[in-house]
Order: sequence, then structure tokens, then C-alpha cells
Amino acid sequence: MITTILFYLFATVLVASAATVVTARNPVHSVLFLILAFFNAAALFLIAGAEFLAMTLVIVYVGAVAVLFLFVVMMLDVDFIQLRSGFQRYMPVGALVGAVLFMELLTVIGGWKLAPQAGQLRFAPIDTKISNTEALGRLLYTDYVFLFQSAGLVLLVAMIGAIVLTLRDRKTSRHQNIRQQTERKVADTLQMVSMSLNAGTGEGDSGFYRPKPADLISEDHGHDDHGHDDHGHGGHDHGHGH
Amino acid sequence: MMTVGLGHYLVVSAILLVLGIFGIFLNRKNVIVILMAIELILLSVNLNFVAFSAALGDLAGQVMAMLVLTVAAAEAAIGLAIVVIYFRNRGSIQVEDVNLMKG
Repeated sequence: MITTILFYLFATVLVASAATVVTARNPVHSVLFLILAFFNAAALFLIAGAEFLAMTLVIVYVGAVAVLFLFVVMMLDVDFIQLRSGFQRYMPVGALVGAVLFMELLTVIGGWKLAPQAGQLRFAPIDTKISNTEALGRLLYTDYVFLFQSAGLVLLVAMIGAIVLTLRDRKTSRHQNIRQQTERKVADTLQMVSMSLNAGTGEGDSGFYRPKPADLISEDHGHDDHGHDDHGHGGHDHGHGH
Repeated sequence: MMTVGLGHYLVVSAILLVLGIFGIFLNRKNVIVILMAIELILLSVNLNFVAFSAALGDLAGQVMAMLVLTVAAAEAAIGLAIVVIYFRNRGSIQVEDVNLMKG
């Protein structure tokens, strides 16, 4: 009894928040109601006895996907009011298609019943003696291990794809040129200054190294467009003294 | 097996699917809300899988629901990445502006 009441409560909130997702004026509100919808769907999963899937739904959707949506909505500086123009124009046809589809689905659900031998055709009967998570794990790592691996592959491809799509090489970003760093010689950046005898720090010293002036370096490497500017990236500290 | 009837779950799932499709029609210009509507549709698919899994006492439905969950997460990530680079290039996310390939 209490389960039925809870089911109706969660189902009502789920449908209401889903309706708010598609009709909300502000996309941030849409995302927040999407999170609420996922929470209520997880509760419905719990009522159906799929505990592991319910928790996965909360972690994956609320923890990752919804936050991703939130990031993108807040990152893009889009005029959302302008995007809503034509809302009233699309409303009738959308409502019509939705109503027709819903009527069709209700017809299907109303005139449909399980085949009598459906109970004997179960692939993996639920074992009530072990927990849902354990049963799912036993099934997932044995019979469905190929499916499990391909799910991982799908996620890998999605991750690499998202990185490749969004990574950009900015002109202003400063990269480390490792080859240039390792091939650097002393003479490239330092110069020897001759001094008179005993004028330096000790006997026998004929001079000391000091950083080359900037104009000398730039004429040594005039062809090299990378590195020898005044930004001073890592490994290219010339010590100009300014 | 199930305390709440299968028909109830199916009706909730059907309403969710219809709301998702309605959302695609309604927010025809806003790609982000369209992606959210697709998430709703995939959620209704998951709800169907879980409801049938519980009603028939077959755990394979929940494995399928996990696969749908994975694909939905991957789809959201790729879709949002495409939205971000599209906005970077064109300064807009209007669906009607997506005409570079003149498809």
C-alpha cells in the first residue's frame, strides 16, 4: 500500500519535472529539473527492485551528465530569450504529435498482455537469495562480459572524441619546446667578458659569464620565431635584468 | 514479483517519452534543451527495461538498462562537445544556423 502511494508520488513528480524541463524559460532551470527528474526515476527503479541501477542513475546522471549540462549552459554566452522565439508557433504541432503518439502508446499498452509462457523464457532469473548488485555483477562479468567491454569502449571513444573536439591550440598559450631546451648551448645565452688581470674574484680568472644582452640573442637566433621573447617561459629565463 | 503493476510503469514511461518528443518540437532552436529531451527519452527507455525486468523476474533487462545508461552518458558528452565547438565557431547555437554542409 505504502509502496503504491510512493510510486504515485514519485511518478507525479517525475512527470511534472520532465514537463518543466522542456517548457522552462531558463535552461538552468531545465537542468535543475532534469536532476529532479533523475532522482525520482531512481526512486522508481528502487521500487522496482533495481537498487544498483538506481544508484548508478544518481551517480552517472546527477553527478556527471547534469553537471556537464550545467557547465555548458553557464559557459556559453547565449541569448536564450532569442532562442525561445517561435515557442508559441511550435506549440500546436508539438502538442498534436505528442497527443497522437501518446494515444498510440496507450492503445498499445491497453491491448497488450504477456504471453503465458513468458515466465519460462527468462534468460537470467532473479535470485532472491543474493542482493541485486551481486546478481547483476555475476551476470555482467560472465554472460554479458562482451557487452560490458563494449560499453567501456563506447565510453573511451566518447572521452577521446570529446577531448579531440574541444581541445584547441591557442596562439596565446605558451608551450614548452623540449628540443630547443635540450639543444641549448652555453654560448647561446651567455657571453664571456674579458677582464684585466686580477680584476675578478680570484687569481687566474680571466673573466666571468654574464647573460647576453637581448639584442645579441635575437640576432643570433633571428630566424627562430619561437621562444626568445620577453615572456620568459619555463626553461628560457634569460635574466635580462628588467 | 512486483508491488506496483507493470502497466503503471509503462504509462509513466510513455508519458516521459511523449514529453521528450514534445520538448524536441517545442525547443526547436535550442540544442541544449533538445539534448535534455533526448536524455528524457532514454530515461523512459531505461524505465521500461527495469519495469519489464522486475515484472518478468529476468535480470537481463537491467544489464540492457546499464548499456543504455552508458550510451546516454557518452551521447551527452559528445553532443555537448559539439555544441561547445559550434558555439566557438559561429557564436550561436541555433539549430537553423547549422547549414554549413547545406544538407
